[in-house]
Amino acid sequence: MKVPNDLLYYKSHEWVKMEGDTALVGITDYAQNELGDLVYINLPNVGDELSRDDAFADVESVKAVSDVLSPLAGRVSEVNEELIDAPELINKNAYTAWIIRLKDLGDMDELMSAQEYEEFLKKEA
Amino acid sequence: MKLIFERSVSGRRTHLTPKSTFPSKELPQALARAKQPKLPEMSEVAISRHYTQLAKQTFGVNNGFYPLGSCTMKYNPRVNEAVAALPGFARMHPLQPKATVSGCREVLDTARAHLCEITGMDDMTFQPAAGAHGEYVGLLLMKQYHQSRGDHKRTRVLIPDSAHGTNPASASMVGFTVTHIPSDVEGCVDLKALKAALDDTVAGLMLTNPNTVGIFDPNILDITRLVHDAGGLNYYDGANLNAIMGWVRPGDMGFDVIHLNLHKTFSTPHGGGGPGAGPVGCKKLLSGFLPMSHMGSRIWEGEKPDSVGQVRAFYGNFLVVVRALTYILTLGKEGIPQASGMAVLNANYLMHKVKDAFPLAYDRICMHEFVLTLESVRKETGVSALDVAKCLLDYGMHPPTMYFPLVVKEALMVEPTETENRETLDEAAEVLLAIREMTKTRPEKLHLCPNTTPIGRPDEVGAARNPRVRYQFPD
Repeated sequence: MKVPNDLLYYKSHEWVKMEGDTALVGITDYAQNELGDLVYINLPNVGDELSRDDAFADVESVKAVSDVLSPLAGRVSEVNEELIDAPELINKNAYTAWIIRLKDLGDMDELMSAQEYEEFLKKEA
Repeated sequence: MKLIFERSVSGRRTHLTPKSTFPSKELPQALARAKQPKLPEMSEVAISRHYTQLAKQTFGVNNGFYPLGSCTMKYNPRVNEAVAALPGFARMHPLQPKATVSGCREVLDTARAHLCEITGMDDMTFQPAAGAHGEYVGLLLMKQYHQSRGDHKRTRVLIPDSAHGTNPASASMVGFTVTHIPSDVEGCVDLKALKAALDDTVAGLMLTNPNTVGIFDPNILDITRLVHDAGGLNYYDGANLNAIMGWVRPGDMGFDVIHLNLHKTFSTPHGGGGPGAGPVGCKKLLSGFLPMSHMGSRIWEGEKPDSVGQVRAFYGNFLVVVRALTYILTLGKEGIPQASGMAVLNANYLMHKVKDAFPLAYDRICMHEFVLTLESVRKETGVSALDVAKCLLDYGMHPPTMYFPLVVKEALMVEPTETENRETLDEAAEVLLAIREMTKTRPEKLHLCPNTTPIGRPDEVGAARNPRVRYQFPD
């Protein structure tokens, strides 16, 4: 299971990549592997205000539909529309297939480093 | 096999219509179709063969064991069909004069009385067309209750994370927002989390008990009391009523409103087998909000000012209610609890026979169903719950529900129902144990199952991403 070092992670299996004062958010390799082949994704609107733990997107696989939770508070400034027609990009590479970009970010107290997330995954299993 | 459109031959007919003796009249041009509809044209025997061939490709409870968890695939006794086909029921029209339909009214009144007795409710509507529609109507009652009291801030519905997916969907449809309540280690409602979520914005709680992991929540009285104390209402999802019918009543557990799935608990046909029925029962405090054109003796009663309105034409799927009532009267007061008792016994018997081979998600006495988790099997052998489900098809068994509830990884949810005898359960256990052996010795074979069915493994991802649900005519 890939866990790149330069990203931050959240307990519900989202990753965060800091870019200046914005953050890209996607789901982790572990999450896409658990979900299986994705067939549909529902994206939020640009401008949506999110609190931490708000469900901002949902992903549907052949097994189930799952919410994607926001790892931190912020405002959606961009959505990755490419995923609408090709949700399988998340299965191909979960860390390049970002879902949203957030700005006006809240605190990052709950985020984990790559090392902490790997420990967390071990406990989950 | 060929599709029905591919069998069509222009000009073929199933019957000859005698020449009309009335003067003919053409429709105004504006109302006429520009082109003929593309309907298949076939002889009667060709239609009959087509559907017989289709029927051969399906699998129903009349073909074999069908332990589809949460769906209660019990046998539908033939006597139900015989009674529903009586002309006094089958040939009625909902607008017939009142004096000519007293038998039908008696059916609705009697069914309502029995179902209210079984569930501990005071009143019931038969209008909702099936389970999810019942959920929607039940939640409308909840909304109307709070609004009638001027309590407009109650917009949240609490739903456990193990719930059926229809629960949050129905709550959204009614305009509520959903707060998920996590399960505790036993698979039941986490009381601490419930307390933390309760405040004066909560409209109510939706719960099924026993829950989707087949466990009766021991804290049910505390749960419903906490919700009531916070000013909310308790909604009972009747999906799992087959576990407790005749033993305990949702009304006595503290629930205010419930829906029933007559096609599950009361032996009426499922899904494609015919129309459903999802009656909604409620306590007195919600009775005034029930849909209009009430059934039974109150059919033609005047307007109800507080009603949520009409949710379906006339009295819902009346003939489904006739079948359910036939079932209730056939079993009687002793037979009803005996049926659910056997359903629970059957589930526990099968669970004990297979639990050493496939780990249980929650290892304790179950109610009408139990959930296996194949996470460790998948890690050891690469064989998934999906592979095992597909392999069961080769043994002439319908697979259990897969990948549900979502709180269990690699879940297989098994509900044998009271329909099955001991021999069938023994056979099913042997098959499951044989498959477990195969996961160790020949796991690669399991990825290729099924081999004996008309269709092997369909491309599920392709079907979901690029669904083709309409026939493409060659022209």
